[in-house]
Amino acid sequence: MTTPVIELRDVSRRYDDGPPALDDVTLTVRAGEAVAVLGPSGSGKSTLLNLIAGLDRPDTGIVTVAGERVDGLGEAASARYRRARIGMVFQFFNLLDDLTVADNVVLPAQLAGMARGEAAKRAAELLDQLGVARHANAYPGRLSGGERQRVAVARALMNRPALLLADEPTGALDTASGEDVSALLTELNADGQTLVVVTHDLALARSCTRRTIQLVDGRIAGDVAVEPTR
Amino acid sequence: MSGLGRVVRSGVARRRVQTAVIGLATTMAVTSSVLGGSLLVASTAPFDDAFAAQRGAHLSAQFDAGKVTPEQLSAPVTGVTASAGPFPTTSVTPSDEGPGDPAPLTVVGRAEPGDGPVDAVTLTDGEWADAPGEVVVSADSPHAHSPTGSGVGRRIPLADGSTLTVVGVARSVSRTADGWVPPSWITSPGGYQVLYRFASAATAEQVDAGRAAVTAALPEGAMTGSQSWLVLKRAADRSIAVFVPFLVAFGVLGLVMSLLVVGNVVAGAVGAGTRRIGILKALGFTPAQVVWAYLAQALIPAAVGTAIGVVAGNLLAIPVLAETEDVYGAVRLTVAPWVDVVVVVAALALVSVTAWASALRAGRLRTVDAIAVGRTPRPGRGRWAARLTARLAVPRPVGLGLARPFARPARALAMVAAVLFGATAVTFAVGLASSLNQLQIARNHNSADVTIGVDGPGGSGPGPGPGVHPRKPEADPAAVSDAISAQAGTRAHYRTSRTRVTVSGVAGATELVSFTGDATWDGYQLVSGRWFTGPGEAVAPTPFLTATGTRVGDTVTLNDGEKSVTVRIVGDVFEMGNDGMVVLTDAATFTSGSTDTSHYIAVRPGTDVTSYVEGLNTALKPLGATARPGRSNQASDTVILINSLTTILTLMLVAVAAMGVLNAVVLDTRERIRDLGVHKALGMTPRQTIAMVIASVVLIGVVGGAVGVPAGVALHRAVLPAMGESAGIGLPASVFAVHDPLTLLLLAIGGSLIAVVGAVPPATWAAKTSTARALRTE
Repeated sequence: MTTPVIELRDVSRRYDDGPPALDDVTLTVRAGEAVAVLGPSGSGKSTLLNLIAGLDRPDTGIVTVAGERVDGLGEAASARYRRARIGMVFQFFNLLDDLTVADNVVLPAQLAGMARGEAAKRAAELLDQLGVARHANAYPGRLSGGERQRVAVARALMNRPALLLADEPTGALDTASGEDVSALLTELNADGQTLVVVTHDLALARSCTRRTIQLVDGRIAGDVAVEPTR
Repeated sequence: MSGLGRVVRSGVARRRVQTAVIGLATTMAVTSSVLGGSLLVASTAPFDDAFAAQRGAHLSAQFDAGKVTPEQLSAPVTGVTASAGPFPTTSVTPSDEGPGDPAPLTVVGRAEPGDGPVDAVTLTDGEWADAPGEVVVSADSPHAHSPTGSGVGRRIPLADGSTLTVVGVARSVSRTADGWVPPSWITSPGGYQVLYRFASAATAEQVDAGRAAVTAALPEGAMTGSQSWLVLKRAADRSIAVFVPFLVAFGVLGLVMSLLVVGNVVAGAVGAGTRRIGILKALGFTPAQVVWAYLAQALIPAAVGTAIGVVAGNLLAIPVLAETEDVYGAVRLTVAPWVDVVVVVAALALVSVTAWASALRAGRLRTVDAIAVGRTPRPGRGRWAARLTARLAVPRPVGLGLARPFARPARALAMVAAVLFGATAVTFAVGLASSLNQLQIARNHNSADVTIGVDGPGGSGPGPGPGVHPRKPEADPAAVSDAISAQAGTRAHYRTSRTRVTVSGVAGATELVSFTGDATWDGYQLVSGRWFTGPGEAVAPTPFLTATGTRVGDTVTLNDGEKSVTVRIVGDVFEMGNDGMVVLTDAATFTSGSTDTSHYIAVRPGTDVTSYVEGLNTALKPLGATARPGRSNQASDTVILINSLTTILTLMLVAVAAMGVLNAVVLDTRERIRDLGVHKALGMTPRQTIAMVIASVVLIGVVGGAVGVPAGVALHRAVLPAMGESAGIGLPASVFAVHDPLTLLLLAIGGSLIAVVGAVPPATWAAKTSTARALRTE
């Protein structure tokens, strides 16, 4: 059995006086796994993702990612943690419109202090690997949705993260582009990339993950292994 | 509450930073405008205001008590509309042993401070003298002050063994006396003083006509002296004229700066609200309602800021005007109410017009476009800069920040303008204050450590009217000089003596100052030419050269009634005494008639001045002279006032400039909040975030400083000669050469500091903003 990449122990998070967004969640994701987190709006999916990414802190419980406790990190430490361990892919890509595709991709490495030449080489490799190398000098606004998401994935992989987090990665794409991104994520996982995908899309979950976690009202209502549809 | 009211209230409450910035910028603008405006108004004609308030005397006349009776002096005279007196006068001489200045005082017997029709003397401290032995001293007198502050309570021992006790301090704009005593105290008056107001006294000829009418009605030779109010006015105006351009320049700078920043703030706030306006229109608000809604959102904080600014401006003006009163010799200067009204109306009108124009622009947008515009900057701008900075050998956050101004060029230009104006204002202010300090130093030209026979402060001014400054018998100047030379610790010394001479073709008397010994160490500054080097050569100030129509290199003939001497003017010296009608020359040039000798001494480094004075006085006692410490370390009230004003106005201008940057960076940061969230999600630390935001204004600061500092220097060089010209004086080079390279560099760096200070709060806010929340922001 592989080592755990994500470990949540008795994690709860409540916003203001509302009901708990996450309620006593315990969860383990091992290296190389592809996990889909499913659930309706308000079920706690984004909260779970934020806690794993170090964007938020739990009220109680422990969050460990790649052997590092992240539930008590300060702002600077959590930023460094994300650089080193986490790649994030967003529903609306979140590419920076005033930077070229290449400059977008290289940005996490530059923030981490990687040498300029090494970062450029790595970015070129990723863009080539993801099939968008021809757009390296273009601006994101000129790319299709699918291409933008590929660029976003390249950016997320720039620092060779232990964990790739994807928040509704096909939510803003048409069907064809969505299938394209789904295939890409499947390939990445096949190459050993640990993957957590938050989605409403059951088809996406089935196509690119082997395990689904169902959240309802902040609690894990189901955690099952699934057979890939392709 | 109506729908419109709710929208306005929520808009004001939601945009707290912009609301605060509008309020603060308006507060600053109104405060500086009220202060500047009040000073401008107060400086426009303080002598005229004070003269009118005190019903000043057009002619102060002194009469011989042996030749005329009080009854004769009280008789009506044609052309005289009002008179005060006759008041008995006498001269008293303080004892050398007593504290303070031993110079003689002209005292006038008056029962009341002046509720009469002429010369309503203003009691500024203490009470009026109503018992024998009490005296109210003029505020211009050295006896009006003591080491602990007020001179009230001070005792002045007199040479005749009696004592006067200071019970009050008063100011007469007509400078009719050094002090006032109860009439009964003057048992045998040496003369009478009568103060006249004429039906016409606007010109010297009219005053002369009035004087002639007064003289004609009295026995021949009864009038022993007189002083026209025009002489005082000319001296006051000349003194004030130097400072009016300073205040005008600051007023204009403050006004333009305020206009710029308030305009930018409001336009920026309206621009940032475009999406909100679009939403309101989508909900059914008419374009006019939307415009009103946004106008009110700008006007509410502006109105609050205006109210605070008026109060602050008035409160700040009180001490500053009090200083001005002392400097100008005016009385009870107050903030003119119309200044408050004008500033309030102008500030609110400006905010209204700017907000209205901006709101109209947004209101004209189609609803769908307004919603789409929202926070999204127009894409494509500044990408070349982003490409360029991506390749710079600087940390990536810094590169990202440096490219930012090019993505929002209009906003960046507004910030550059704010910094530029701030840097210009600071450079100009620092230069002008330094120049005026230099001017004051040059004007005083007394770096002497010790003096003998020099009048107290103000001694070279118009003086207390026509009575008389009878001096004690002079000590033998040569013997005094010998004693000085023999005194241990003497480094250098010279003496001057003064006499009145006439110059061919010029009306009135010119003061001739004769020098014995080298005086070049004592701070005399030349506008052009050189200092005299021997008999037959002289230096004179610009007013004298202008009056005589001469230039450096020309000759003039001086006449003291007994003989004439021709001297060659070899230098234009900065000298404000006697309205600039002064000639300075070697004592050997003009040997007869000089009196009023003063000695100026520089001591060797390390010499204790107090001990030196004590030792020298021991040596001088047999000669009947007294040495006193010099005045070189005393800052004049004028310099203190100017420095205070410069500090206040400069801080305000800098604060307003920084606020302009703050507002723009806040807008920019809010617009880019999602991008900031992305950066942070990708691993940008808080420190890197701050560096990025700060870097976004560094270029703006550098450009603003680089342009603003030379602009400030240019403004300084343009305004300063105008100041000299308006005062009718030439200015020495030291007044211009105040911007050394180090100062200029520091000022340029100051431009960047203004920008950085303005960017720090939003940078900190950006660093602290929750990444998750930033990413969720629309």
